[in-house]
Amino acid sequence: MKGKGNFIERQGFRSALASIIAIAIGMVAGLIILLISNPAKALPGFVAIATGGLSNMKYMGQVLYYATPIIMTGLSVAFAKKTGLFNIGASGQYMMGAFAAVYVGVKFTGVPAGLHCLLAILAAAVVGAVWGSVPGILKAYCNINEVIACIMMNYIGMSTCNLCVQQLIFDRKKNQSLQPVASAILPKLGFDKIFVDGGAPSSVNAGFVIAVLLGILVWVILEKTKLGFELKACGYNRDASKYGGINDKKNILLAMVISGSLAGIGGALYYLSGAGSGIPVQEVVAAEGFNGIPVALLGMSNPIAVIFTGTFMAYLTQGGLSMQSYGFPTQIVDIMSSVIIYFSAFALFFSQTIEKLYKRSKAKRAAAAQTGKGGDGK
Amino acid sequence: MSTMNLIIFIVQQMMNFSVPLLIVALGGLFAERSGIVNIALDGTMILGAFTGIMFLHMVQATGAETGQFTLLAALLISAVTGVIVSLFHAYASVNMKADQTISGTAINMFAPAVSIFVARLVVGVQQVTFSNRFIIDSVPVLGKIPLIGPMLFQRSYLTTYIGFAILVVSAVVLYKTRFGLRLRSCGEHPQAADSVGINVYKMRYAGTLISGALAGIGGLVFIIPTSVNFDANVSGYGFLAIAVLIFGQWKPGRILFASLFFGLMKTISAVYTSVPFLMSLSIPSDVYKMFPYIATLIVLVFTARNSQAPRAEGIPYDKGER
Repeated sequence: MKGKGNFIERQGFRSALASIIAIAIGMVAGLIILLISNPAKALPGFVAIATGGLSNMKYMGQVLYYATPIIMTGLSVAFAKKTGLFNIGASGQYMMGAFAAVYVGVKFTGVPAGLHCLLAILAAAVVGAVWGSVPGILKAYCNINEVIACIMMNYIGMSTCNLCVQQLIFDRKKNQSLQPVASAILPKLGFDKIFVDGGAPSSVNAGFVIAVLLGILVWVILEKTKLGFELKACGYNRDASKYGGINDKKNILLAMVISGSLAGIGGALYYLSGAGSGIPVQEVVAAEGFNGIPVALLGMSNPIAVIFTGTFMAYLTQGGLSMQSYGFPTQIVDIMSSVIIYFSAFALFFSQTIEKLYKRSKAKRAAAAQTGKGGDGK
Repeated sequence: MSTMNLIIFIVQQMMNFSVPLLIVALGGLFAERSGIVNIALDGTMILGAFTGIMFLHMVQATGAETGQFTLLAALLISAVTGVIVSLFHAYASVNMKADQTISGTAINMFAPAVSIFVARLVVGVQQVTFSNRFIIDSVPVLGKIPLIGPMLFQRSYLTTYIGFAILVVSAVVLYKTRFGLRLRSCGEHPQAADSVGINVYKMRYAGTLISGALAGIGGLVFIIPTSVNFDANVSGYGFLAIAVLIFGQWKPGRILFASLFFGLMKTISAVYTSVPFLMSLSIPSDVYKMFPYIATLIVLVFTARNSQAPRAEGIPYDKGER
């Protein structure tokens, strides 16, 4: 078979098609729920979900704004998964990264504008990496399952973040962190001129561009470098890669460090957006970290696909906000997303079914051609 | 508060944290021993707690007396809910041979969304309230035993004893019955199990459904002593239960130890304000909140040298493969 022969014969196309089937099923489920809860408004509500993210330029911008942190945590989870690690600790890394970025953003006044926000992002990357390195070290050198260490680090991160925010950068009135100074806010890159509706610009900023560039960078690291090859080899078979001369311990640690820094940067990009939200002091592990898991899974841990799935999930979030005006709770969108993710687990099955159907029709055509030929030869 | 009373109080509180963890971790044990990683425990707990609390809310709304029998009925409803939820996980993991973290994650997303949605539809608001009339002041006879009586049999809940009963039954089922042996063999080497005529698919379904039932019960057991309403979450206890399961090295006895340890740490971090010595240190409360998690990591460093995870967990079983 030629590598670039028929569409359906290509693995990538089949898995994309499988994802589209999952999305379609999720959409239908959403429609059914809307019909059950309020038949009269179900259709406009559904249209709002499906098109809300495109209905005006501001909302389009908001989609990219919401996408930024979950692309980053999605990349974090995906990167670890390629190395055979389940980074369920992106939440903790995200929160600690957010704290580091906001701390630098609030305290380091007088640093030139461009440098300031880079410094803040760097701080987030370092702190996120430190938070990710703990499960990495424990996994590599003490043989502690990374899932348990990550869960513990999430809670430790939550409390540490609360503690540090309250002690160092607290806005008592709002029960959240202070706002970073203007020089630490990510530049708008003219997005505030493009994504505007009626004079109100959306919150999208350079953060989205950074997330996309990092997604591409992660892809390059994984697919085009020796490091990426070693990391993936460890993921496929730790013992075999060790036998092949790869330092498995170093690679596990490195994978968690990079994964943690990606999640940490996610926290920085969200809280340096200048949209006015500070880090809230609450007894809840940040949802953005957990939302990275479905983003990564839906993108089959491919960094480029993660950019798209993150944007897609953000698109549904914005659609849900648009749908609220018809009196539906936003949870309907979460239900839809969960149905989509559930059926994305069937990708293998869908892909095999498509292949089977295709082969059958091909065989049938071939058989028809055969009999046709036979007829001619008479 | 005298030291004695303090210890009694801590043990009573500890049970509220430890027992749900114990039940849910045992649930996880059944799934993982059969070869299925059930990361959906948190979502299953949420839905189990939701239907159970919803039932209590409705019964109490009619003005009927709710006693221990109502609680048992609610537990049964939670268990059935858990079974139904885990059917989806089992179908994806066993029949579809899917990546088990995906369907688990989907259930974890689905559970809070659907419970808020239904609560708003039925009750009108997100929080489902209930009144806690299930505390047992003193168990007859047993409550009178000195020391142990006040600790374990006064101001306690029926669910605590159910939790320990589940522990005993689980250990017996897993290690002393034919079913248990078969279940464990499917988690270690499904091909070998299949070759001697064990239906791996059936066993994995059984493991996952039992885990669903226990997670559903665990959700309700967690909410009743610790809250007055249900707000679509169980404070991440499903994830903690997974941690307890790993901490407990996939063995019932060690899981009991792990959940008691974690419950004790959690209790200390919650009740330190009642201990004059700890109060006098004036350490921020967030430090105490971190304490259980840091302590767990430290204990793990010293105990988790060799992992006892079931060999075939998380790997879909395909009859055609060797």
